[in-house]
Amino acid sequence: MTDIDAYREIGGYATLAKARAMEPPAVIEELLAANVRGRGGAGFPMGRKASFLAKGTGRPTYLVVNADESEPGTFKDREIMFRVPHRLIEGCLITAHAIESPHVFVYLRGEYLAEFEVVRAALDQAREADLLGGVTIVLHRGAGAYICGEETALLESLEGNRGQPRSKPPFPAVSGLYASPSLINNVETISTVPAIVERGGAWYAAIGVENSSGTRVFSLSGNVANGGNYELPLGTSLRELIYDIGGGIPGGRELKAVIPGGSSVPVLSADQVDTALDFDAMAEAGSMLGSGAVIVIDDRCCMVQLGLRVAQFYMHESCGKCTPCREGTRWMVQILRTIEEGRAGQGELDLLLDVCDRILGKCLCPLGDAAAMPVASYIDRFRDEFQAHLDAGGCPYGGASSLEGLFAPVDQHTHSPVAEVPA
Amino acid sequence: MSARSFADEVHDIASQYPDARSAILPALRLAQERHGGWLPPEAFVEVGDALGLTPAYCQAVASFYDMFHLAPVGRHLVEVCTNVSCALVGAQQVLEAFARELGVEPGQTTEGGEVTLRTVECAGGCGWGTVVAVDHRYREPVRPDDVPAIVSELRP
Repeated sequence: MTDIDAYREIGGYATLAKARAMEPPAVIEELLAANVRGRGGAGFPMGRKASFLAKGTGRPTYLVVNADESEPGTFKDREIMFRVPHRLIEGCLITAHAIESPHVFVYLRGEYLAEFEVVRAALDQAREADLLGGVTIVLHRGAGAYICGEETALLESLEGNRGQPRSKPPFPAVSGLYASPSLINNVETISTVPAIVERGGAWYAAIGVENSSGTRVFSLSGNVANGGNYELPLGTSLRELIYDIGGGIPGGRELKAVIPGGSSVPVLSADQVDTALDFDAMAEAGSMLGSGAVIVIDDRCCMVQLGLRVAQFYMHESCGKCTPCREGTRWMVQILRTIEEGRAGQGELDLLLDVCDRILGKCLCPLGDAAAMPVASYIDRFRDEFQAHLDAGGCPYGGASSLEGLFAPVDQHTHSPVAEVPA
Repeated sequence: MSARSFADEVHDIASQYPDARSAILPALRLAQERHGGWLPPEAFVEVGDALGLTPAYCQAVASFYDMFHLAPVGRHLVEVCTNVSCALVGAQQVLEAFARELGVEPGQTTEGGEVTLRTVECAGGCGWGTVVAVDHRYREPVRPDDVPAIVSELRP
């Protein structure tokens, strides 16, 4: 469905015409009625965010689409852009009308080259079909930095700086891109807008469950038979997604744990597999819905190694601006390594929890929490396994963990310099 | 390649933004393409001249992003995702197969500057792991058995 004619045959861009015939505040009313919460990770209601935009500032209002999908486990925005790029473009144009913005910037993850080409071709078609209506849409490619998915880091990057987050307030709705009022939403959220405006916010709000209306595209991965993206009503259970839709755990293995919302959220144990995929149920279970990325983990995985792998990622991606995150993630990696290698005593486990505590809630942006939350949860839910490392003086898996061998020194995937070329 | 045409291209890109500085990532990407896949010191002078920025500023920005290379890389780039989802389904075995087939360790380049092998963080193809990007084009899923054929494509 990448071609504009095919998209129009199924009613594409008809909703854009409908929206443009409406007063802008009436479109925002529909988004408020739909109670659609952001699909990027934070889950903030989109309509409310749009209604916060500062008016009468004498500056243009910008719509910024966050297409910098990078949360480990998440690959839904990529498939939306690749398969239905016109739905994203229509969503951009309707939202731009709703917030009276003449300028749209789509910040697209740099690695997503094929997706960039598809969206660029679709945008050319929409422009030739005279659908932009005076709105400019600029596709801006990132260059490989997880932190640029954080909204203020994204703005810094888009303005031509290193992608380091800003202090909030001011929030982007007041002072965002080029110090102007800006609405920032994820690809999936924006792509949901046409359906909401077409059928009405009340229709959309009736899907899903209370406080979690509508559908979400869940990215299913890890030790599961049929990994992929599945759009389901919110409130569907993890069990249904993993077993009925995903085909269960392959190779006759047992389910050990599930990461329900991308690698930054607390882990759930196997006995929590009946938890519903909605914001409140996940919070009650001690985790978060996050980006909707469900990572399935079978019984071959060592949780200390998982903690090490996750902590290494966040250490690499820490932008270095604030101390708890920059230093704390390094401490986490070092301590986890001593535990995994059998060089740690009881004190190291306490020290690790202490370091997590000194990161949680004390950073400029959510990246520090994204490292400390999951690792603290692995200790909380699988403490016996951490203790076994201390007692046995090393990894009880004895080289048989599914993650064995993956603790590459971080300089292997840093960028400067990447490699030596023989003369 | 002439410096003039590079500046023209950069100016075209910059005209899409209220502030020309916003064009620094596309300008660095263009410069990297023109310099054989990496950014030598003169590239920062060219980008800086085109955008009215100092070379030091351009280098500071480039060094923040994983896709910019500040040292030479091979003519081909093989990037293996080793983040959690790929790791759970055998990324390590895929990485080892590439290392064996190419005769280099991750982070190194083959003799004669043909192929650079490196690991990358989550590429965003988690349900179809292991994801391998070959010259920025995703292959997914890649199993260890697929590796010899991919390497022979790069070494005809």
